[in-house]
Amino acid sequence: MSAVIVARHARTPTERFKDAAWVAFVALLLGIPMVGMTTVDQGGALVVTTRFGVLAAFVAASFAGRFAFRWVMDQYRTRRDAKSTTVKVDRTAKVVQVLGWGILGVALFLPAMYSDNRYVVDTATTVLIYVMLGWGLNVVVGLAGLLDLGYVAFYAVGAYTYALLFTHFGWTFWEALPAAGAMAATFGILLGYPILRLRGDYLAIVTLGFGEIIRVILVNWTELSNGPNGIGSIPRPTLFGLPFERNPAEGEQSFATFFGLEFSGMHRIIFLYYLILVLALLTNLFVSRLRKLPVGRAWEALREDEIACKAMGMNVTNVKLSAFAIGAMLGGFAGVFFAARQGFISPESFTFSESAIILAIVVLGGMGSQMGVVLAALVLVLLPELGRNFAEYRMLLFGTAMVLIMVWKPSGLLSSREPTIRLAKASAMGGQK
Amino acid sequence: MSAATLLSVENLTMRFGGLTAIDDLSLSVPAGKITAIIGPNGAGKTTFFNCLTGFYKPTTGSVRLAHPKRGEMRLETMTGHRVARDAQVVRTFQNIRLFPKMTVLENLIVAQHNRLQDASRFSIAGLFSLPGYRKAEVEALKTAVHWLDRLGLTGIADTAAGDLPYGTQRRIEIARALCVDPVLLCLDEPAAGLNPRESAELNTLLLSLCREEGIAILLIEHDMSVVMNVSDHICVLNYGRKIAEGTPLEIRNDPQVIKAYLGEDDESEPATLIGGNA
Ligand SMILES: Nc1ncnc2c1ncn2[C@@H]1O[C@H](COP(=O)(O)OP(=O)(O)OP(=O)(O)O)[C@@H](O)[C@H]1O
Ligand SMILES: [Mg+2]
Repeated sequence: MSAVIVARHARTPTERFKDAAWVAFVALLLGIPMVGMTTVDQGGALVVTTRFGVLAAFVAASFAGRFAFRWVMDQYRTRRDAKSTTVKVDRTAKVVQVLGWGILGVALFLPAMYSDNRYVVDTATTVLIYVMLGWGLNVVVGLAGLLDLGYVAFYAVGAYTYALLFTHFGWTFWEALPAAGAMAATFGILLGYPILRLRGDYLAIVTLGFGEIIRVILVNWTELSNGPNGIGSIPRPTLFGLPFERNPAEGEQSFATFFGLEFSGMHRIIFLYYLILVLALLTNLFVSRLRKLPVGRAWEALREDEIACKAMGMNVTNVKLSAFAIGAMLGGFAGVFFAARQGFISPESFTFSESAIILAIVVLGGMGSQMGVVLAALVLVLLPELGRNFAEYRMLLFGTAMVLIMVWKPSGLLSSREPTIRLAKASAMGGQK
Repeated sequence: MSAATLLSVENLTMRFGGLTAIDDLSLSVPAGKITAIIGPNGAGKTTFFNCLTGFYKPTTGSVRLAHPKRGEMRLETMTGHRVARDAQVVRTFQNIRLFPKMTVLENLIVAQHNRLQDASRFSIAGLFSLPGYRKAEVEALKTAVHWLDRLGLTGIADTAAGDLPYGTQRRIEIARALCVDPVLLCLDEPAAGLNPRESAELNTLLLSLCREEGIAILLIEHDMSVVMNVSDHICVLNYGRKIAEGTPLEIRNDPQVIKAYLGEDDESEPATLIGGNA
């Protein structure tokens, strides 16, 4: 039975009819208890009544729906099969490029369009944080192929580094940013060393443990981290020293007074948005550039075949550590931004589920694809937001959407890989010199 | 053998628990020639390669390389990537190991990682595309283009290596190894899975690499049409021991070898089996 129902191709009308009939049959079986019978409250007692009319409509709808769906899918398949694959790859690259510029354009003007809608700008900022985290983790998982389930640890290290540097030494956001990146990279290398020999599942479990260790330390080492109470009153970043405050300190300027604007809470929100946009774009530039350098190619080669890398004389240890360090550093930067945006951090914010979401973004996007990360972050952050209207079904819808996407695109939204160098272009370049 | 010795293996033994995969093997590989290692399945040929190239640490014995520029090197003490990087002894694999999702050109560029990585100065020079790095990049591309041309891969340079036919993948693996700039090239069954025309092309290639570029080749191969036609010297292993050594002609007529290949009682004509078409 199932063989008929999941038939991938039902190209003749008879086949389509049979397929739809099976679906209608299953709908009938399911529908009898779920639709055909219902309970009615009659003076305090529950009475079962039947609704055969509704049931018939339900079955008919299943049949028609399935028939139409099959027909559309087969049209689509036939058309797709007719196209050659090479054309498709080139087209994908084009589409991705256009999409990228389109999204960038929207991102640039979004605060202007919603300058008084705090919710939209805040949500967009959240999306960008996840985009940046996704791009960071993409180095480790997507490019180097090292499955890391504890990425949130580096996010936490970055956030706490800023919080502690501020509370103990009064460092500002801009001073703490490089320090926190370096700190996270150090942790990346510290984690990298013991797990150099591990691959796949084993690697995933150890990194998962590492993420938890960092969180547990933050919870329990109260003298350092203030434990579960977290660290508060972390200062917001300034624009070249101009704070976003209603009442700047005596004799100092704030953003609003300097530009002669009326103070508005939105200024800071929009500034934070642009700040993370710039950080994310720099991350993208940095990672895209690295991908075309020897390190980047070595990461991808490592993902493809570690033994072949060794046979080429590549120091696999360095390649792995550099992936961990760079990935961790980018996570650390994002952490600093997170701390500055929230003004308060606690271990609560760095649980395993964060790691899982970031990893989901990378996997859903299509391992290694920069643009895929953006799309996946949009889906993963916006879906639950949109789902708020559905109250208790929110997570159910979210899960269903995930499953559907993975069925539709098992290797991620954008899985085609753009080569880092092309012979035609490269020889033209070399010829000029 | 009049040529200078490039590699000398002395009393090499490799044990896996109770199994002795290589048993007290001594062997010398001349510079600028093709040496073939043959033997029945499980004779220890691949294990021998693994010992040479730092993938296994031999139980006992020594492997010395007379490197033309860097002097004598002890390969058995060098691990993993060092053999390829420092001693320039580069190998291919019996079951092809390419970087399948990367293009053919990328495969060849990755093979030049060490030179490029040095030039990129911890990626700083690379990030800003400084002249030193750009020069190294152009050099690497030139090397890659040279070998692409030489192995007839130019037309498919931008195709993902994993999408190509088996015979082509074998050639890509050889091209990639050549990009590492080897002094000794170790090929593990390069003709496996090739059709007769491709085998014949392989013969020509191996001979020209050796005669024109002066690269010494160590070749594991079951295909006698390759072995007998290109080898200067053949070494036969059976159960980890060397049972014969000599020119193709000597090997073809060696009773020990015939016995190893055919078993004791088999009366069939040995020449048909290891005769090749010399
Ligand atoms: N890592 C290992 N652990 C245990 N035994 C091994 C290992 N590697 C090889 N062997 C054993 O060593 C023996 C020699 O294997 P090897 O792969 O070197 O044979 P070969 O001559 O390359 O054979 P073929 O022609 O089939 O490739 C075999 O019995 C094999 O099972
Ligand atoms: Mg073998």
